[in-house]
Amino acid sequence: MSADRKLEARRRALETRADILHATRAFFLSRDYLEVETPCRIPAPLPESHIDAVPSGTWWLQPSPELCMKRMLAAGFRRIFQVSKCWRGGERGTRHLPEFTLLEWYRAGCDYRGLMPECEELFQYVSEALGIGSRMRFQGRAIDLATPWERLTVDQAFERYASVSLKRALKEDRFEEILALEIEPRLGDPTPTLLHDYPLAFGSLARRSRTHPELAERFEIYIGGLELANGFSELTDAEEQRRRFERENEIRASRGRPSWPMPGKFLEAIPRMPESAGIALGVDRMVMLFADAASIDDVVAFAPEEL
Amino acid sequence: MYNASDLRKNLRIMLDDEPYIVVDFQFVKPGKGQSLYRCRLRNMLSGNQMDRTFREVDTFQPADTQEKNMQYLYREGDAFHFMDNESFEQIALTGEQIGEAKNFLIENMECKVLLFRDRPIDITLPNFVDVIVTEAPPWIKGDTVSGNYKPVIVETGYKVSVPPFIEQGQKIRIDTRTGEYLTRVKE
Repeated sequence: MSADRKLEARRRALETRADILHATRAFFLSRDYLEVETPCRIPAPLPESHIDAVPSGTWWLQPSPELCMKRMLAAGFRRIFQVSKCWRGGERGTRHLPEFTLLEWYRAGCDYRGLMPECEELFQYVSEALGIGSRMRFQGRAIDLATPWERLTVDQAFERYASVSLKRALKEDRFEEILALEIEPRLGDPTPTLLHDYPLAFGSLARRSRTHPELAERFEIYIGGLELANGFSELTDAEEQRRRFERENEIRASRGRPSWPMPGKFLEAIPRMPESAGIALGVDRMVMLFADAASIDDVVAFAPEEL
Repeated sequence: MYNASDLRKNLRIMLDDEPYIVVDFQFVKPGKGQSLYRCRLRNMLSGNQMDRTFREVDTFQPADTQEKNMQYLYREGDAFHFMDNESFEQIALTGEQIGEAKNFLIENMECKVLLFRDRPIDITLPNFVDVIVTEAPPWIKGDTVSGNYKPVIVETGYKVSVPPFIEQGQKIRIDTRTGEYLTRVKE
């Protein structure tokens, strides 16, 4: 197919994308969120063991805007959202682009559970704005966005869908493999799933649960087997955050990846952060869902290979 | 040596001391977790397929294979004989190893033979071959009912759809990757 025809075939998905962005902004503005823009090019990315920031000169392109947005939270901005481009090296597949669009929002005075209903309402708002209603089809699966969505702990998900228990998966270092291959494809069908309460090691920036100290207050949204968003109660203990970053850097080093400078100004700001929760949602994936697209390539004007 | 992030369709790697080719590939990454590389692999010796998931820490040796330019000589039962262009050594492959390619093999044709530790396992044809049409229904002028294409048989016995103006004895070009008619060849 010629490049022009390929683009033309994506016209509807690109229109859906524009409508989704428009509706998303309207949703947050109606709830007193401030839309912000923070720099895409940053001097120190978040140390995370499995994410590769893309170098840009002596700095990096942001893998997510969370460090800057949390500094804004610490400075007293209580409700903020941002739609921004993010970059993650080496991530390419039918659901991954090395350059993608992330929607992040943060709310003070709220924990991860408080964010869950807001996620439900966002999807309903967008789906109404698109004129779809709550029932839709995604890749042959019937989806019903009606609330309340299913709330499932990671432990329950392993019990229900996996061939091994959570405990054993952790012991054998197969947590992510089992989650991705055995559990994820079955989540969010027909009702979206809010998968929550991750083992502490899998929530590097999330607050430790007060009632279950082995768990992180983190959740993910799955609809029709598609992972859409990752949210958590923010960790506000600077010392613990520094320790976790150091651990992430150690894991990076053990896998032959360069360790990164500590994000000093972010660590300084942590003690001033209010109790809060934040979430990152993949906009391209949201467009995939509403446009019923099989590949993330179908919802962007150009995939990197087409440039 | 390859890393898991090098995995892609058609990459040839060694696993358990046997050569495999990646026939299907999927990148999977759970939220903030480590990358997983789901592959469907075909054993290049047995033809059997299997699914395997690799992690970012996995590494592989390239398949211990080499390609040599050879000339197709003749067929004898199920044995297809080839000659190495440099050493003039002759080797044979079975019909099963040749697969679809047997539809396009013409004597004296140059092709690439894939060897695993000096043992022939597969061949790659040129992308285009010119073959003579040996059987074709006559072209009935004004015949619009039967559609645009008609089936013909070429010298290798392969059946292919061609435009109605192609006649018996003419030479046509076929794309060996798709098996489809491309154009009429004028001599």
